[in-house]
Amino acid sequence: MLNFTLRRLVFTVPTLLLISFIIFLILDLAPNDPTGNLPLTIPPEVRANIRASLGLDDPMYWRYILWCQQFFVNEPLNLLNQWFGWCVGDCENRLRVTSWATRSPVVDLIAERMPQTLWVVGMSYVVGILIALPIGVISAYKQYSWFDQAGTFVAMIGFSVPTFFTGVLLIVIFSVWMPNDSVFWLPSIYDTTHKVTDWGSFVFQMRQMVMPVMVLALYNAAQISRFMRASMLDNLSQDYVRTARAKGLKEKTVLLVHVLRNSMIPVVTVIALGIPQVFGGAIITEQIFKVNGLGQLLIIGIEGADIPLVQTLTFLFAVLIVMFNLVADVLYGLLDPRIRYD
Amino acid sequence: MTDATVEIEDDRKYRSLWGDVWSQFRTHRGAMIGSFVFIGILLAVSVGPFLWTLDPNYADVRNRNQGMSWGHPFGTDQLGHDMLAQVLQGGRISIAVGLTAMALSLVLGTFIGVLAGYFKRLDGILMRGTDLFLALPILPLLLVIIMLFRDTLRNMFGPETGIFILIVFIIGITSWMQTARIVRGDVLALKEREFILAANSIGTPSKRVISRHIMPNILSPIMVSATLGIATAIITESSLSFLGLGFPSDFPTWGRLLFDGTQRIAQAPSRVIWPGLAISLTVLSVNFIGDGLRDALDPRIRGR
Amino acid sequence: MTLKYLVAGTLGAAMLSSTAFGAAHEAQGRDGNVNIIFWQAASTMNPYLSGGTKDINAASMALEPLAHYDENGAMVATLVDEIPTVANGGVSEDLTSITWTLSEGITWSDGTPLTSADVVFTANYCMDETGGCQQLAKFGGVTSVEAIDDLTVKITFDGPKPFPYGPFVGSTTPILQAAQFANCMGTAAPTCTDQNFGPIGTGPFTVTEFRANDAISLAANPNYRVAGKPAFATVNFKGGGDAAAAGRSALETGEFDYAWNLQLAPEVLADMESAGIGTVLTSYGPLVERLMINMTNPSADLGDERSTVAHPHPFMSDMAVRQALSMAIDRPLLVEIGYGKAGKVTCNVLPSPAIYNSPNNAGCEVQDIAGANALLDAAGWEMGSDGVRAKDGVRLSILYQTSTNAVRQDFQALIKQWWAEIGIETELKNISGGVFFGGDQSSPDTFQKLFADLEMYANNFDGTDPEAYMRNWSCAEIPSPENAWLGGNMPRHCNADYDALVAEMGGTADINERARLAIAMNDMLMQSYTIIPLVHRGNVSGIANTLEGVKLNAWDAELWNIADWSRAE
Repeated sequence: MLNFTLRRLVFTVPTLLLISFIIFLILDLAPNDPTGNLPLTIPPEVRANIRASLGLDDPMYWRYILWCQQFFVNEPLNLLNQWFGWCVGDCENRLRVTSWATRSPVVDLIAERMPQTLWVVGMSYVVGILIALPIGVISAYKQYSWFDQAGTFVAMIGFSVPTFFTGVLLIVIFSVWMPNDSVFWLPSIYDTTHKVTDWGSFVFQMRQMVMPVMVLALYNAAQISRFMRASMLDNLSQDYVRTARAKGLKEKTVLLVHVLRNSMIPVVTVIALGIPQVFGGAIITEQIFKVNGLGQLLIIGIEGADIPLVQTLTFLFAVLIVMFNLVADVLYGLLDPRIRYD
Repeated sequence: MTDATVEIEDDRKYRSLWGDVWSQFRTHRGAMIGSFVFIGILLAVSVGPFLWTLDPNYADVRNRNQGMSWGHPFGTDQLGHDMLAQVLQGGRISIAVGLTAMALSLVLGTFIGVLAGYFKRLDGILMRGTDLFLALPILPLLLVIIMLFRDTLRNMFGPETGIFILIVFIIGITSWMQTARIVRGDVLALKEREFILAANSIGTPSKRVISRHIMPNILSPIMVSATLGIATAIITESSLSFLGLGFPSDFPTWGRLLFDGTQRIAQAPSRVIWPGLAISLTVLSVNFIGDGLRDALDPRIRGR
Repeated sequence: MTLKYLVAGTLGAAMLSSTAFGAAHEAQGRDGNVNIIFWQAASTMNPYLSGGTKDINAASMALEPLAHYDENGAMVATLVDEIPTVANGGVSEDLTSITWTLSEGITWSDGTPLTSADVVFTANYCMDETGGCQQLAKFGGVTSVEAIDDLTVKITFDGPKPFPYGPFVGSTTPILQAAQFANCMGTAAPTCTDQNFGPIGTGPFTVTEFRANDAISLAANPNYRVAGKPAFATVNFKGGGDAAAAGRSALETGEFDYAWNLQLAPEVLADMESAGIGTVLTSYGPLVERLMINMTNPSADLGDERSTVAHPHPFMSDMAVRQALSMAIDRPLLVEIGYGKAGKVTCNVLPSPAIYNSPNNAGCEVQDIAGANALLDAAGWEMGSDGVRAKDGVRLSILYQTSTNAVRQDFQALIKQWWAEIGIETELKNISGGVFFGGDQSSPDTFQKLFADLEMYANNFDGTDPEAYMRNWSCAEIPSPENAWLGGNMPRHCNADYDALVAEMGGTADINERARLAIAMNDMLMQSYTIIPLVHRGNVSGIANTLEGVKLNAWDAELWNIADWSRAE
């Protein structure tokens, strides 16, 4: 297992480099332009000037190498400097990966947005899993009972109704129709500058998180509970379950130890695969509630053709995906001893 | 062997595999209701526009933003388009996109997942390829695809079919990864099971092992992916058209009707209810059909 | 701690002065916090590095130009005592230079005095070619900016400049502090993150926290030059979301006091307003939604000569067709459906300022399908069996492109239907805004290339002078492969008479004479139906009823007078 993990880790380096190059290629080919969202009153010559100042006139491979140098060398050195005060080389004027739209270091922008994304999207993922697992287990165990039917119905609603609809619906109900002084009134706009210092501000933080978290949790729970149910159903009809029951094991033990453990195998993949998306943020939900996390940063970057920003974000995202796929594979081996990688 | 079976069962009617599947499927109440609803929706969107002959693209501006009435059972939108005609017309595109894109992503995902899980040599390269697709920034990718292929396809197949092919292709190739990952995981586990070992040890060729032994056993995750896939495809199409990457604006689709309606959710709730209901019903019915199919195809359940 | 002390100090000073000047002068910061939402978030506070409206508005709270435009488009002195003119000797007789004199006693928010060196520095900062300054066009024709003494600045142009108010008038070109930005010239401009996010200014507020593309927190500037202003102590400037959400937060839930640019369906906006928490304000600048006819052939078969002047359009070059297209449009209905209170019917591409509005094109308000049909019949376009007119094998089939935007798609649908009634077939296409307006050389979908028969978008000009705007439709401005598709003449309109008028306007200083020329140019474009104006669009913003003093301004940043805002009792 350790051997396998190490081999895979070594293999990720060329994979990631290739991925980063393909991403860069796509971003470069894409027809949108960093001056596309500027007012039309800015004349074309000035636009050409702006493009030149961003370095867009350099050949593509050169810009890619520059990004690699900034990202793989300068940024880590800068982190060392910030965290430990170690200074290697020219610390003052080192060129960092800089966003075209804000003219500020991309890594700082990402760090600034990480908290609200983790709070909202991460929390919704946890809530979604906590809801989904019991629903999936009970639905499968009592297949075609009213609970199962209701669970299926809710899950399908959660999945087939897009978040742009549920989000707005919740806002209309809890922010618009609900009187402002009611306990149930919830803010429709997330305040990112809010700091939790005492009980009152903690309550406020919870209140502003309720709606986005619920919208996303419903969507996540819908998906995971379907996979959980299907997997449980598959295992419940296996021979080993019959054997376990025949041995006289308690139903609870059969279900929660034997069946659940085996059913978790595909579900773990789904869950692990979903974690990078937590960091990717939830573009639509963030937009609706003005959470302004990583998802919104990415979409703004894409709309504004901010190549350094999008490149860095998607690359970090790719790192997470590759890592969590590895984690899923390792978990696989641990959960199912029959799977052998070596 | 065959003769013996026939002799034993000679007092019963002859039963084929698919006959068995069908009779099992019929006992699944949810699946039957789901089938009826789905066929109903298919009929409505295919025959409906011939019965309800209002042109979905005729803007009767004087009668815009109307509620429900006999003339316009679902009301009208902000330009006076008849919503019933729009929902019927939109369903054609949405269901066609949903089914084809789902099928494409399913075939791709299953194919790659099975290959990766079964053949160790291919695992590394295929799964890293999957990682790559998961990591690609979808929007810029779409912009590139559209820039490169929109005009070519438009010239070859006309504006409607061309963009249809493009959208199905886009949704298909950007949504197969999860299926592939899940299928691969299942295949990895199945591969070590006794019956596969047995099949291998008597020299069954890999092709046959996969089609006879692996495929039937990974149907349930595929079914779940399929149901989720239809919903995702219908919704993705709506976000595409809103980014200016989907169908031209005079082609209503359920996703876009829902999106347009969301803006006016407080003024005209019916604008969101009808397309929303249509999407949910389709997804729900496909889900129940999938449930029933899985049960019907599972020999362990069928026997009971 | 220092900030608190300073605020307290000014509070005290303001209190003292209020007794001296009477009740009109109350304490600065008395009204607490004001919440502003811009659904496009600001990405920087330096308007020279980002020309987006959102960024200019954000910056206008901290940075100020020498003079503003007020809500009527008239110039008002901000950091100077009077606007230089030829009459008061501020503008030289030969129109080649303008001399500004700063008011005495103005200080930056850090307490240091504002001097002419800051103005000179700002000009050099923007005119540095390597910096990618986005307001460079404002400094067009400037040869030198020099400090005569501590408070006097002279700007010299390379020739007579009838309208010398380009640099430092309006919030797009405010004054930066030389001391703060000294190390940010040229290629170093983007590396100055702290400066760009927190510029020291003379404006009513200073930045306390800047979260790029998200939220900005500002506090009242203790050294602001007007005692007792601003009335608000802090500003929360939030960005993100969409117009509907912004409108909801100001007009329905009351979470915000000011919501910018509420481009929403009229009935949605009216419904929000009926909640009674806020009102919708509109102001009209020169923004016109228009159809640009392609006078050249966009057929893909032409390869590199597609949409260039080498090949006239097979049917758009027939004026009867263009006129019929215009006559078939019901403009009042478009306004009613798309913009409501935020739009007016216009028959001119230059409807504003009022002095430039041509009276000669009235009549386009009335839709005339029958007339359009008659016109096409007379021109020999015969109705085919498929309902599409044709002549000599050329069918009137149009590809109509625009950017992706709900209102524009509604317009497309309606216009397509009207044109069907006069036997013209239309195929609709919408392109994501970033691509359409992006001008990327490799993309076929940009508005400059115009690989379609016509396109729709809105355009306007900065400030109040239309000279540069009208120059867009001269022959030299036609986008083509030779000039890398740079140029503003999308219809490929080329007329020697028009170019003569453009040249004449470049040498005319008298405002009435300039108006006559602008109107003549506008009429030439309108009467040849090369540009078909649809809607004169306004800026719409939602304002909470408790907010007082807001004067919506289409000629400058909307937040131009935030110092005068206050909370109603």
